[in-house]
Amino acid sequence: MKCVPFAVTLALAAGLASQAAHAQTLKTVKDRGILSCGVSPGLPGFATPDDKGNWTGIDVDVCRGIAAAIFDDPSKVKFVPLSAKDRFTALQSGEIDVLSRNTTWTLSRDTQLGEFTGVTYYDGQGFLVKKSLKVNSALELNSASVCVQTGTTTEQNLADYFKGNNMKYEVIAFAGADETVKAYESGRCDVFTSDVSQLYAERLKLANPADHVVLPEVISKEPLGPMVRHGDDQWFGIVKWVLFAMVNAEELGVTQKNADEMAKSDKPDLKRAFGTDGNLGEQLGLTKDWFGRIVKAVGNYGEAYERNVGIGSKLQIARGLNRLWNKGGIQYAPPMR
Amino acid sequence: MSSETRAPPPQYVFRLKRALGGRSGWNGVAVQAAFAVVLIWVGYEIVGNARANLAVQHISSGFGFLNNTAGFDVSQTLIPYSGSDTYIRVFLVGLLNTLLVSVIGIIFATMIGFIVALGRLSPNWLMSRIAGAYVEAVRNVPLLFQMLFWYLAVLGALPGPRQSISLFNSFFLSNRGLIIPRPIVEAGLLPVSLAILGGIIGSLLLGHYARRQLFEQGRAIRTWPYVLGLLFGLPVVAALVFGAPVSFEVPVLKGFNFAGGTRVIPEFVALEVALSIYTAAFIAEIVRAGILSVHRGQTEAGLSLGLSRGMVLRMIVVPQALRVILPPLTNQYLNLTKNSSLAVAIGYPDLVSVFAGTTLSQTGQAIEIIAITMGVYLLLSLVTSAGMSLYGLRLNRSLGT
Repeated sequence: MKCVPFAVTLALAAGLASQAAHAQTLKTVKDRGILSCGVSPGLPGFATPDDKGNWTGIDVDVCRGIAAAIFDDPSKVKFVPLSAKDRFTALQSGEIDVLSRNTTWTLSRDTQLGEFTGVTYYDGQGFLVKKSLKVNSALELNSASVCVQTGTTTEQNLADYFKGNNMKYEVIAFAGADETVKAYESGRCDVFTSDVSQLYAERLKLANPADHVVLPEVISKEPLGPMVRHGDDQWFGIVKWVLFAMVNAEELGVTQKNADEMAKSDKPDLKRAFGTDGNLGEQLGLTKDWFGRIVKAVGNYGEAYERNVGIGSKLQIARGLNRLWNKGGIQYAPPMR
Repeated sequence: MSSETRAPPPQYVFRLKRALGGRSGWNGVAVQAAFAVVLIWVGYEIVGNARANLAVQHISSGFGFLNNTAGFDVSQTLIPYSGSDTYIRVFLVGLLNTLLVSVIGIIFATMIGFIVALGRLSPNWLMSRIAGAYVEAVRNVPLLFQMLFWYLAVLGALPGPRQSISLFNSFFLSNRGLIIPRPIVEAGLLPVSLAILGGIIGSLLLGHYARRQLFEQGRAIRTWPYVLGLLFGLPVVAALVFGAPVSFEVPVLKGFNFAGGTRVIPEFVALEVALSIYTAAFIAEIVRAGILSVHRGQTEAGLSLGLSRGMVLRMIVVPQALRVILPPLTNQYLNLTKNSSLAVAIGYPDLVSVFAGTTLSQTGQAIEIIAITMGVYLLLSLVTSAGMSLYGLRLNRSLGT
């Protein structure tokens, strides 16, 4: 395990030393015949492999959407599981083409590490505690021990929050999510802190999920989204618009099931989307039918949400902020015209 | 008849030619120079390409980031540290934590290793089997598993802070670690420390004197009562005269955790125990091999001189065995230091965890940070080997070889 950062760095040095200065990621992906996508090693709802090695999750669906847009085949994705601390290095070194791994969009990451293309999931940081502690608010956590995963925005938010509220705490940082949860479960920490969606997901793995409660406070903004390398505008556009296509599909009422029917529609916005009118897909460097390919492969944004994290899934997280803009949420995609 | 002898060409020219070109002389020098040029060129290309690509990806390079504010906290710091300090401070905190674990681990591993080796060589059947079982069991299980075992299975099973096991109501053992009273400096600290220092120097001088007496006059002096008096009596007298050197702040349970007192965190204990026990198994085998390498005749000679078994071991066997033991022992010390980087798996804030982990992912300066970290481990290893080599030289000199 300890070799990973070194290996990745060697790969980074080698990759950086060999890559052409202006990376043509789309061409590279097409030549390779498969998309390489960095995901979480196992976070229910976002990216998790089943016993046959099939990946599911909302982050996974974004990757599949990109593969569908390029190859018309959502299975042409190689999923690369990455720990929080290795993810950016893997992206920079060219080991993966896109990072879709519940990664928070921040200014310094956007400038220093790569380029965020959009927001897959609006999240925030919260606290998970044992019910037996009888804590009702995060403000009662003075002098608590807190378990956290290293290499995340969580560590800094945590320091800011406790400092801002004049509370003392002890932080124990682990490399992997599993070790962090184990330490919390064994009682080493009073609190496990992470993005709220992750708290719900990790709670499922605990021996007795009902004994633990997520506190009401959300102490940060955590917009999670896909990320690409700097310096390849075409690839940036493709990844950005695959997600927008999924959001727009929900707004247009196009679903995985009715996509073929809707493609025959006479409505001008549907005709533009499906490429029967205009060449939006070709402007992106894809084919005219890119929109239909994506929706038929993974469905629209709402379908992906419900299937993976929504009320119908194991996680049972309400849509909340992630509803469409015209339904009370803040998910909003620019128009396709 | 006399002939003028020509002055031979200066010796150093030959030496230089031999050193650089070996047997092939100046041709060899040319080949080596060409090889060096190619090597430098390849290195230059790699650095240049990496720089160009970093620039394209807008990844800033350089070490300026070290002066930025870290903004995260660390659970164990040997120097004062808070989230508003810089990344340099984080680096120092991590480095000191790594050093602490390594130095203490080396001491414990050496002690356990020697004891197990002696146990394995012991004529007592049970003891030698137990020592053998220890070595086989420990060295054949991956270190990471042993760490997780100690951390999750052993220390994780301790009760919570509210049910902690307490001793005299001032020492508390729980799954938050061992909490002990914290010493606070009082007026008597300086005189008492001076007294302790004086005691140590006095004992050393006494030992030296006793040795000279033994070698020169053949008189064995019993020194230990005086040494005890110097080491313990002197400080006690100083404390009685000038007042207690320290007072203790007793920890009190407050909220979730203990307030006051000093804490030994369980991550540290688990890492330390796992590293010492694991490395000790290898050291035990090295020590055993070293002792077996000393000829039996040496022991027999010592015994026939009327020395006790312990004295034979201490004064005859071990000094000779050390020559064999030292080089592989150095290896184990280096391994222990490097293995301490597994700490991140159990949440101990060592250099790899806080610097090559958190700092790296916050700043994204992978090349710089990994280079610094690798440099630090290299330096630590070189210093350790240098120290061990010096010790080896001294040992060889004292053995007269």
